[in-house]
Amino acid sequence: MITLANVLSGTIIFAVPLLLVALGGMFSERSGVVNIALEGIMVIGALISCFTLRAFDLSGFGKLHPQTAVLIAVLIAGVSGMIYSVFLAFAAINLKADQTIGGTALNQFAPAFAIVLTWAIQGQGQSQIRIPTWVRITRESMGLAKAEPSFWNNLVFKYFYLTTPIAVVLLLLAWFVMFKTKFGLRLRACGEHPQAADSVGINVYKMRYAGVMIGGFLGGIGGLAYTLAAGSSFGSSVAGYGFLALAVMIFGNWNPWTILGGSFFFALFKVLASYSSSIPFLPQFEGIKQASNIYQMLPYVVTMIVLIFTSKKSRAPKAEGIPYDKGSR
Amino acid sequence: MNKKKSILENQAVNSFLASLISIAAGLVFGVVLLLILKPEAAMGGVKAMLGAGFSKLDNFAEVLYQAAPLMLCGLSVGFAFKTGLFNIGASGQYTMGAFFALFCALQLQLPWWVCLIASMIGGAFWGLFPGLFKALFNVNEVITSIMFNWIGMYLVNLCFANLPKTLASHNDRTANLTEANPSAVIPKAGLDKLFHSNYMSISIFIAIGIAVLMYVVLQKTTFGYELKACGMNRSASQYAGINAKRNIVLSMVISGALAGIGGGLYFLAGAGQYVLVKALLTRGFDGIPVALLANSHPLGTILSSFFISYLSVGGNAMQPNFSTETINIIIAVIIYLAAFSLLMKNMLAGVARRKKEKQKEAGK
Repeated sequence: MITLANVLSGTIIFAVPLLLVALGGMFSERSGVVNIALEGIMVIGALISCFTLRAFDLSGFGKLHPQTAVLIAVLIAGVSGMIYSVFLAFAAINLKADQTIGGTALNQFAPAFAIVLTWAIQGQGQSQIRIPTWVRITRESMGLAKAEPSFWNNLVFKYFYLTTPIAVVLLLLAWFVMFKTKFGLRLRACGEHPQAADSVGINVYKMRYAGVMIGGFLGGIGGLAYTLAAGSSFGSSVAGYGFLALAVMIFGNWNPWTILGGSFFFALFKVLASYSSSIPFLPQFEGIKQASNIYQMLPYVVTMIVLIFTSKKSRAPKAEGIPYDKGSR
Repeated sequence: MNKKKSILENQAVNSFLASLISIAAGLVFGVVLLLILKPEAAMGGVKAMLGAGFSKLDNFAEVLYQAAPLMLCGLSVGFAFKTGLFNIGASGQYTMGAFFALFCALQLQLPWWVCLIASMIGGAFWGLFPGLFKALFNVNEVITSIMFNWIGMYLVNLCFANLPKTLASHNDRTANLTEANPSAVIPKAGLDKLFHSNYMSISIFIAIGIAVLMYVVLQKTTFGYELKACGMNRSASQYAGINAKRNIVLSMVISGALAGIGGGLYFLAGAGQYVLVKALLTRGFDGIPVALLANSHPLGTILSSFFISYLSVGGNAMQPNFSTETINIIIAVIIYLAAFSLLMKNMLAGVARRKKEKQKEAGK
C-alpha cells in the first residue's frame, strides 16, 4: 500500500509540470503559433525562480515564510517565462518568420544562458543551483503532528509542493478562459481562421501575442514545477520535458481535460519505471542486464500505441504555424 | 535595357548575404557578452573564439572531424525541411546509426565501409517510424520523432549492455575501436600524418560527397522535385498525380539515413566511444541550427557545419575564462537573427530594385 501511495504521489508531482507546460502550449497553438520553444521557456522559468529561492534562502526570509517565498518564486517563474516568450512572439508574429526557427533559437539559447549565468553568480564550475529544503510542504510545516508512514500520509506528503495546488487552479482557470470567455473564443478563432477573425474586428496580432505570452507564463511555472519534482537542484536543463509536454499537448488534442489525462498517463508510466524493482507483480527480467531500460522505454512506447488509435480524431488548430499576413487572402 | 540580373536579385546570393549579416551581428553580440562577463579576459576570449580553429593544424583537423557528423545531421534536418517535415528525431536516428555501426564493427568485426552502410540502414530504420505514423495514422511527425528519440536511446543502451563483446572493461561505454577492430576505423589515407592529428580521416570527404549528392537529388532529379512539391503543397501535388503518402515515408527514411550516417561517421572515426548514459545525444539536435543557417540548402550545409564546428572548437579554447556554452548563446542569437532573414532579403532586393530604377532613369 505504501508503494502504491508513493507511486501515485510521484505520478502527481511529475504530471504537474507536463500539465502546466502542455496547457501553455495549448494557449500558444490555439492562437496559431507553434511553440517549439517550451523547453527553453521552462529552463528560463526554472533558472530565474531557483535563483529567487536561493536569494530567499540566503536572506533568511525563506525559512520564516517558506510558502510565501515559494509563491513569489512561482510568480517570478511565470513572469520570466512570459518575458522570454515575447522573443518568440516577436519573431513569429511581427517578423512572420518560420516559427520553428525562432523556437529552436530560444531552445538553444536557454540552457547555455543558464550555465553562463549560474557560473557568473555562483562561481566557476558551480553549475547546480541547490533548492532549499524548506520548499517542500511537510506535516511539520503544516502544523500537524508527526506520523508514521501510511497510505494517506505518503500520498499527500511524500512529494508535496505548492506547485501542485497552483496547477489545479491554473487548470480550471485555463479551461474557463479558453472555453467560457469572449477572449478564449477570439483566441481560438485566430488559430482556426485568422482572416475571418480579422474581418470581424479582432486584432489577430494582439491575440497571438496573448496566446504566446500565456503559454510562456505557464511554461515558466512548469519549469519550476519540473525542477522541484526532479530533485534537489537545478542544473540548467529540464531533460526534454518541454518536448514531452508538446507531445502530451498533441496527445491531449489541444484540450485541457484530455491534456490532464495525458499528463497523468505519461507520468504514471514514468514513475512505474523508477519503482519497477519494488513492485512485486511486475516482471523483473532476470538475466537481462540494465533491464530498467525496458521500463523507462515504456511510457514512450505506450504513448505511440495510444496515438495510433486516437489520431484519427486528432485535429490541430487549422492555422497554426502559418504567420498571419493582413495583406494576403 | 539591363538584361543582366543584378547580383542582389539572385535568390541564393540574397539568402547567403542574409546569413552572413546574421552571423556578423551574432558575433558582435558575442563580443559584447564576453565584455560584460569578464572585461579583462574578453580580448583573449574573442581571439580564442575566432582564431583557435585556424591557429594550429591539430585544431583545424578537429574542426573537420566534428564538422562531418554535424554536416550529416544538418543535411538530415534540412532534407526533411525541404520536403515539408520537421525531423526533430535526428538525435534518435543518429543514435541508431551509431549502434548499427558499432554492432557491425565490434560484435561482427566487419570492415569500416560495411559498418557505415549499416549505420545508414539503422538511421533509415528509425526514420521509417515517424514516416509511417504520419502517412498511415496521421500522427504529427514531431511527436513521433520525440518519442522515438527516447525509445531509441533506451533501446540502444539496453542492447549494448547485453552485448558484452561490444563493451569496454567498465561496461559503461563501448570498447575502443582502434584496439578492438582497427579495420572498422574510417581510413586516414595519410591525412593524419599530413595534419599531425589523429582526428583527421577521410570522413569529411565522405560527408561533402553526400552533401553534393543530396544537392543533385533535390535539384536535378524528378524524384527530388516530387518530394519538394509534396513539401510545398500536399494537395496540389496529389492532384498532379504524386503519391504523397509514399513520399512522406521516403522523405523521413532518407532523412533518417543521413542522420544515421552521421552517427556512423562519428563513432567509426575511432576517437569517440559511445557512453551508456540516460541522456539524448545532442548532436542530432545541433543539426537543426546547421540546417536553418544554411536555409536547408545541401551545399550551404557544408559551409554552415564548418562554421559551427569552427566556433565550437574556438569555444573549447576559451576555457577556463569562459564556459564553452558561450558559443551556444552566440549560435542561438545567429539563428534568431536568421528569423529576420525574410526582412533582410526584402531589404536587399529593395536596394537592387532601386539601383535598377536609377539606372533606368539615367538611361532615358
